[in-house]
Amino acid sequence: MTNAEILTLRGLTSTALKDCNLTVAPGEIVVVQGPSGSGKSLLLRAIADLDPHQGAAWLGPLDRARMSGPAWRRMVRYVAAEPAWWADRVGDHMRHPKRAAELAVSLGLAADCLDWPVTRLSTGEKQRLGLARALEDHPPVLLLDEPTAALDDAATRAVEALLKRRRDDGVAMVLVTHSDAQAARLANRRLMIRDGCLRDAVS
Amino acid sequence: MTQPTLGVWDVAAVSALLLINGALSVWLSLGIARQLLVAALRMVAQLAAVGALLTVLFGAASPIWTLAMASAMVLFAGYEVTARQTRRLAGGWGPGLGTATMALAAATVTLVALVGPLRPDPWHEARVAIPLFGMILGNAMTGVGLGLDTLTTAVVRDRAALDARIALGAPRFEALRPVIREAMRRGLIPVINAMAACGVVFLPGMMTGQILAGAPPGDAVLYQVLIMILIAGATGLGLLGAIVGGAWRLTDHRHRLRLDRLAPARPAS
Repeated sequence: MTNAEILTLRGLTSTALKDCNLTVAPGEIVVVQGPSGSGKSLLLRAIADLDPHQGAAWLGPLDRARMSGPAWRRMVRYVAAEPAWWADRVGDHMRHPKRAAELAVSLGLAADCLDWPVTRLSTGEKQRLGLARALEDHPPVLLLDEPTAALDDAATRAVEALLKRRRDDGVAMVLVTHSDAQAARLANRRLMIRDGCLRDAVS
Repeated sequence: MTQPTLGVWDVAAVSALLLINGALSVWLSLGIARQLLVAALRMVAQLAAVGALLTVLFGAASPIWTLAMASAMVLFAGYEVTARQTRRLAGGWGPGLGTATMALAAATVTLVALVGPLRPDPWHEARVAIPLFGMILGNAMTGVGLGLDTLTTAVVRDRAALDARIALGAPRFEALRPVIREAMRRGLIPVINAMAACGVVFLPGMMTGQILAGAPPGDAVLYQVLIMILIAGATGLGLLGAIVGGAWRLTDHRHRLRLDRLAPARPAS
C-alpha cells in the first residue's frame, strides 16, 4: 500500500498553461485529453515541477513550496512518453533491480531484460521499462504521459492492468492519452485541456 | 660554447618555410594560403607589440602597470574562451563565468609561485610575474574553454536523459554528474597530454628557450617541471570552478534543468 494523500493543484500558470486547478484523490485516475500542442505534457511537467511556472501544489498536508524539488519529484513522479536512458545497460537505470524486474515481467518483458543493453530495446520495450523504472519505488502520485502510445494491444492491456493495481493500492494518477477507449477503461474522471485551460470533459 | 645570437634577418630567412606552405596550399587548392599569411603576419605584429610593451613594463617596474598588463591579458583570454563556445551561457554569465574562474585560478597559482618557490625581488617583479601569469593563464584558458564548451553542448545533447534523472528525484548535481565528468575530463586532456608527452614526444618551449639561451639543462628541467605543475593546478582549479558554476547556472533552486539560460547556438569559430 502507498501512503495515500490528496494531490491539490492551484493556479498553475505558465506560457502554455492558464490558471489550471485540479484535485486528485488517492486511488483516482484523472484522464486529461486534448489536441496536440494544447499543453497536456506541460501540465504534467508543471505538476512535477520540472519547468518554471506559477501556482501552488500540495500532497496532503505537504506544501510543494516548502519542499525541495527532488523530494517532491520522488513522490510526484512524471513518466515521459519517450523515456530517456543514460547508461549502457538497462539495469543500471534501476535503483531497485529486483522490484524493477518483477514489474518488467508483469508488463510482458523477459526476466533477464535488466541485463540487456539499452541499444537493443525496441520503442515499446523502452516505454514499458521506463514505466517500470518510474514505478519501482512506489511513488504515491503518477503523472503518465501517453504510457501506451508505442505499445501493441497485449502490452497495452498489461500496462493498464498494472495501473489499475496501483490505483487500487491508493496511487493518485493523472493520465494523458489520445485514446478515448483507454480513457473510458481507466478514468474515474475525464478532463479536457485546450489552449492551456483545463475543463471538465463532457462524458 | 658560445650562446647563439639571433637577428631579424635570421628569422626572416626561415619565413621561407611559411611561403612553401602557402605555395603548397595554392597548388593543392586548400584555400588556406590567405589564412596562413594573415595568421603569420598577426603573430609577428602581436609579438612585436608585446615585446615593445614588455620592454616598457620591465623598465617601469611598477606593480600598477604589471596589474594593468595582467588585467588586459585576462580580458583577451576571456574573449577567446567565450568566442570558441558553440553554445554559451546567456547574458553576462557567458563571458563572465569562464573569465572569472580562469583569472581567479591563474592569479592564485601565480601568486603562490611568486611568494613560494620563485621568490623574485620584489615579489611582483614584472619580468617574472607577467610571463609566468601568461603561461598559466593561456593553458587555463584552453582547459576552461574546452570544458565549458563540452558542458553546454552535452546538456543540450543529453537533455532528455538529464530530465529523466531529475524527474526520478535526482538533485541537480547528481543528475548532471555524467556531463560534469565529461566536461572536466575534456578540459583536462590537453594538460594531461602535455605532461605525459613532455620530454618524450616534445621538449617544452620554455625549457628549449632556456637551454638555447645558455641555461644548464638541469635548471631548465626544474623550471619546466614547476611550470607544468602550476599549469595543471591552475587549469584544474579554473575548470572545476567553471564547470560547477556552469552546472549550477544551467539548473535552478528547484533543481530543474534551465536550458533557457543558454544563448542561441552558433557555429564554432
